[in-house]
Amino acid sequence: MSAETSSAGVGPVEGVSLYDADNPAPVIEPPRKRTSKTPRTTRTNFELYGWLFMRLSGIVLVVLVLGHLIIQLVLDGGVSKIGFAFVAGRWASPFWQAWDLVMLWLAMLHGANGLRTVINDYAEKPKTRFWLKNLLYTATVFTVLLGTLVIFTFDPNIR
Amino acid sequence: MPAGTLYRGREGMWSWVAHRVTGVLIFFFLFVHVLDTALVRVSPEAYDDVVATYKTPLVACLEYGLVAAILFHALNGLRVIAVDFWSKGPRYQKQMLWTVLAVWIVLMVGALYPVLGHAVREVFGS
Repeated sequence: MSAETSSAGVGPVEGVSLYDADNPAPVIEPPRKRTSKTPRTTRTNFELYGWLFMRLSGIVLVVLVLGHLIIQLVLDGGVSKIGFAFVAGRWASPFWQAWDLVMLWLAMLHGANGLRTVINDYAEKPKTRFWLKNLLYTATVFTVLLGTLVIFTFDPNIR
Repeated sequence: MPAGTLYRGREGMWSWVAHRVTGVLIFFFLFVHVLDTALVRVSPEAYDDVVATYKTPLVACLEYGLVAAILFHALNGLRVIAVDFWSKGPRYQKQMLWTVLAVWIVLMVGALYPVLGHAVREVFGS
């Protein structure tokens, strides 16, 4: 065997190709070939943004929620002082209205996304997952809208 | 550890389990809490009646549990962020968990009097 024939099997970079027009190379199908049924894009970065949202909203919520707990449960006699008059006093200020509004939205979305993850992990049947997530999204939208409505339409002279 | 499981036990897994459990509990509380606060749109009496039940000794104990869940979730959440974004986070995740638990215990001791004080006074008089 000459050096020329032994290098032929290495390929076009190192030597002479095994294949030519009369002896073509076998075709290797792409592992996930696109067909007419394949959507234009099959994936988005939704889960990445969800992951990032959990961390960013988490940092903000640490401040908002721990501040909320200190005001409601520790200062001025703790839970004993809370009543309609106390709520009216705090929501007279746009600052505390904004605080509660941001806290409501971030906490509900953070919690809803967390529960979505839990449902995806433990509900194995597609139908169960579908209905649990429907229930979750309905409850979340209802709670966020109700809370927002209450903050914006609060009337200290309701009677 | 049982064979054929992805669960690996120890600090990493159990902090993850506790983070999930406290997260779900807090979410359910939040749902109820928005509903009870919405009563301020019904009447001052309706709101004050419901809040009065929040001032009973039994609910004070539940409240202490809620504070425990929120504080753990908050502190461990900061640890998760450190594991994800700090280059040395994964290496120190165990030490960070023990730090989280130490801070948590200190804060829980600090919350004893503010959260449970009024309940103790009601049960034992004066």
